[in-house]
Amino acid sequence: MVLPETPAIEISKLVSHYGDRKILHEIDMTVAQGEIMVIMGGSGSGKSTLLRHLLGLNRPTSGSVKLLGQDITRISAQEMFALRRQMGVSFQGGALFNSMSVAENVALPLREHTELDENTIQIMARMKLEVVNLNGFEDLMPGELSGGMLKRAALARAIALDPRLLFFDEPSAGLDPVASVELDELILNLQEAMGMSIVVVTHELESAFKIADRITVLDQGHILLTGSVEEVRGSDHPRIVSLLQRQPRHDEVDGDAYLQRLTRELA
Amino acid sequence: MQPSLVRTPLAAVEWVGRQTAKFGNEVGYASALLFESLYWLLLGHWRNQPVRVSAIFTEAVEVGVRAIPIVCIACFATGTMLAMQGIHTLRQFGADSQVVVGIAYSVSREFAPLITGIFVAGRSGSAVAARIGTMTVSQEIDALLVIGVNPVRYLVAPLLIALMFTMPCLTVLANLVAMLGGALYCLAALGMPLEVFFDRSFAALTTGDVLGGIYKSIAFAMLIAIIGAVNGFQVKSGAEGVGRATTRSVVLCIVSIILADMLFTGFLSR
Repeated sequence: MVLPETPAIEISKLVSHYGDRKILHEIDMTVAQGEIMVIMGGSGSGKSTLLRHLLGLNRPTSGSVKLLGQDITRISAQEMFALRRQMGVSFQGGALFNSMSVAENVALPLREHTELDENTIQIMARMKLEVVNLNGFEDLMPGELSGGMLKRAALARAIALDPRLLFFDEPSAGLDPVASVELDELILNLQEAMGMSIVVVTHELESAFKIADRITVLDQGHILLTGSVEEVRGSDHPRIVSLLQRQPRHDEVDGDAYLQRLTRELA
Repeated sequence: MQPSLVRTPLAAVEWVGRQTAKFGNEVGYASALLFESLYWLLLGHWRNQPVRVSAIFTEAVEVGVRAIPIVCIACFATGTMLAMQGIHTLRQFGADSQVVVGIAYSVSREFAPLITGIFVAGRSGSAVAARIGTMTVSQEIDALLVIGVNPVRYLVAPLLIALMFTMPCLTVLANLVAMLGGALYCLAALGMPLEVFFDRSFAALTTGDVLGGIYKSIAFAMLIAIIGAVNGFQVKSGAEGVGRATTRSVVLCIVSIILADMLFTGFLSR
């Protein structure tokens, strides 16, 4: 059993490369149990890569990622399989299996991780759909759902096994403001009801400020700041200020580097 | 291809080298995929990754049963054409009734497995690449992984075993239909009764002839499943990538089937 004081997530000195390019520079981050952590950053900040490392989808160059006390860069396939049961993920586009009905999608984790009989699985799938207000839609195919419904169905699949860790990739991307606010409410309600730790990756400020207990601001593979909503709002770091005020970045132009970029591989 | 590569002979050598390395890489990946599929089929049950019987049957219906009409049409036509060409050729020696043996041999040893292979490749080689490619693009493969489902076990292993069972069955069916096509043409052109055609065919054929064709079809089944999956998993970006992978998969499936057929025939007829 995991002790209450063990952090839900503990990343230390995580370094990641894509080809020769360094994407993450020695990232350290902890998420306490029951906490909602929002990872915020613009495009290219490395937040999606960080999420893939948290999900065990990418192998880091160095560093460790501990989920519920277990270092997922070291544990065996069997241990990882057991840990998967404690994790739920809601992907950006939903990533529902298009060849299965909504209920079948929600039932898949139950089928793979439990020995429950068919009726119980059906009932549990309906319960999860009920939680996300999708009762009555279980026989539809993912292609027949709207954007907001897709995300909620994906959430139902993510919580199918009552996970202790829940991950969201861009929950409000592609949603209208109302659907987006509703999803935020749903995330907060779920956290309150089930007490799981939640990691949300987003670039939406409003949504981040609404749901976060703490925010980690990521920029070009470095963590600029980890703190409460007030701390982030009050920060005077120029990159955070420009992110909050939606200003374009004004990087200094290096004349020689610019010329070299233009003329590379010509000679 | 980068334009600088064709400028000097050295660059051409470099290009050949890179392509060879790429090819070697892909063959290695394909072998790994094949072994992994077989591994899950044998041991998945004890590794939390069972290959479900229901999934195998679903695939078998999709890749095997649904291919019956098109394989029948193609093989019927092939049998008829063989009879036409055979009679035309043998008439010059006044031996046109000997066409029966020619049809029986060429169908069972060559054409039934080959035509079946090509048509199943066209149907399923493309479908598999498209399905896995789309799932890669829409993060469904990632979703499988985070649920703890190995994508090879879930998507490739059932397909592989379904193809390896249904292809030989389709080949037997193709044998019969192609011979029926030949028999009907002989009936029309030479007035040869159907039972005479089949009696003579079965008298000429040995178990080895038919088994050779069936072994080939099992090899083709593995090629189709693995090449389709390799191309699907290699999709990186968007709808265009899926389209390219699909085309590439079909072309590679058919080419490799024909090359494998040549090698097989070479070994089997020694």
